Amino acid sequence: MTHYLLRRLLAMPLLLLGVATMAFLLGNFVKGDPLASILNDRQMANPEAVAAAKARWGLERSIPERYVIYVGNLLEGDLGVSFRTKRPVMRDLLDRLPATLELVISAMLFGSLAGIAIGVVAAHWRNGPVDHGARIVALIGSSVPVFWSGLIALYVFSVQLSWLPGPGRLDPALKPPETVTGFYTVDALLAGEWATFANALSHLVLPAVMLGWAVLGIISRMIRASMLDVMQQDFITTARAKGAGTLRLLLRHALRNAMVPALTIIGFSFAYLITGAILTETVFSWPGVGSYAVDAARSLDHPAIIGVTIVGALAFLLANLLTDIAYVFANPRIRLE
Amino acid sequence: MIASPRLRIPTFGLTGGTLPVALGLLVITFWVVAAATVQLWPLDPPLEMVARRLQPPSAEHWLGTDALGRDVLSRTLHGARFSIPIAVLVVVAAALIGSLLGALSGFFGGILGAAVMRLVDVTLAFPPILLAMAVAASLGPGLENAAIAMVVVWWPLYARLMRAQVLEVREREHVEAAVAAGAGPIRTLFVHVLPLCWTPVMVNATMDFGQVVLLAASLSFIGLGATPPTPEWGAMISDGARSFYHWWIAFGPGFAIFVVVLGFNFVGDGLRDLLDPRTD
Repeated sequence: MTHYLLRRLLAMPLLLLGVATMAFLLGNFVKGDPLASILNDRQMANPEAVAAAKARWGLERSIPERYVIYVGNLLEGDLGVSFRTKRPVMRDLLDRLPATLELVISAMLFGSLAGIAIGVVAAHWRNGPVDHGARIVALIGSSVPVFWSGLIALYVFSVQLSWLPGPGRLDPALKPPETVTGFYTVDALLAGEWATFANALSHLVLPAVMLGWAVLGIISRMIRASMLDVMQQDFITTARAKGAGTLRLLLRHALRNAMVPALTIIGFSFAYLITGAILTETVFSWPGVGSYAVDAARSLDHPAIIGVTIVGALAFLLANLLTDIAYVFANPRIRLE
Repeated sequence: MIASPRLRIPTFGLTGGTLPVALGLLVITFWVVAAATVQLWPLDPPLEMVARRLQPPSAEHWLGTDALGRDVLSRTLHGARFSIPIAVLVVVAAALIGSLLGALSGFFGGILGAAVMRLVDVTLAFPPILLAMAVAASLGPGLENAAIAMVVVWWPLYARLMRAQVLEVREREHVEAAVAAGAGPIRTLFVHVLPLCWTPVMVNATMDFGQVVLLAASLSFIGLGATPPTPEWGAMISDGARSFYHWWIAFGPGFAIFVVVLGFNFVGDGLRDLLDPRTD
């Protein structure tokens, strides 16, 4: 088993080099002149301005030379400078990461907890109305475009019912709490600002639920299938024969074992969360990495979009690795060659 | 691998399963027919008419009109002309390219085969939407470029699937017999191995359609797919997102995406039930 993890770890640097190479190719074989997205028309007509811009952005060097410099810079955590904000992409991303993490973690919590609950309930009353209802909730979650359901939710709960606030992380009248973690909810609690905490939390509810719904769909289906499998086994019959109550049987005996195969899906649903976060942030004007990526893509800001892509790949690889490790810890029986 | 799955015969018929599958097929048929024939339908032409802009749904305009006075229902139905063919094109191209490369890599192996699989690993290391965004941004906005970006993101899944299939089928006795009887490698691969490998590819392709429709709409929503006058669903929602007080502008196209994806998921779920003995 350790062999498998070791092999995965050893493959990581090579995979990362591959990721960097692909990102470099995407950034350097751009259709159209990259200068056109940096300079305006008048500057383009001026040879001096063009030469200065080429020197500043390193465009006068040859492609292999640029590749070596690019990979070297990446190793130092330098993702280049954004055409649009004129700031280092890494700085932009670090500024915006806490907002995204706060959203994604909340969505993941909601999605897994509700998903596990729904999966257990659906498995217990399988093929009954509860099961069919759970199936419909799950299918809606993985079918609805989050950039649409988010809009509808905003209209219903914010415009019509006024139960929840509109887009953004905080009401404009409120000052963000002093930065400790970058999570507005946590920071407000740490500073003891209850009004800010309540406001930040109410802003978080809609985007997190809409984003978490897709995860809920996947996890509830997986838990259901896995529970049905476990409930057939002899140790469940034994536990029942020894007088375990239904609740104890489901939660203590079945769910604990059913969680193991479901762990992989929690890692896998991270891909859904990244995709969803990009679109959710756009709809809810959430100032995170996702809306940064969309702004970058819309203005053809190549260093920024490629920078986000690399960081996204890094997060994705890390999540998959952690899933594998968690899997091994959760079930010592598996021997993956 | 974990708990031994006990094989049980799945029960279908009235206990569930069939109704969603039938509904899904009905929805898919409707949109495919719409994609092919919508220009012949007696619809309100989606013209720009400032006099009737931003009207909420009414008897005359069932889904209202947008900021330029265009009928949303009519535009939504016309949207099928873009979303359905693109999904078909992307899934078919990705499945063909991926299976061919995967099959060659699995059957012949060697340095080239290994190189293909490393390319697969690297591509799958990216979150799909981010890679699609980066590719589409590099190629420039436009529906064709968005389609190319989606094929780039999608083919590796089929390559992996097909390679695993070929590696397994290659070892069977009938292949050994064919080789012993003098079949060349090309003939062995295409006549004796590939015909037995297609089923999982087809099943996966069916389940992927919905996701591709969703990704295409997402790219257009972001602004990397269809450009404004095109009645593409994602682009229409992007229009509607600018003023969510006029909820009906985004409602029609979003509902269309939802229904199409749901339809494919219903069919996919049915297929999965059919093939996975664990669910009853």
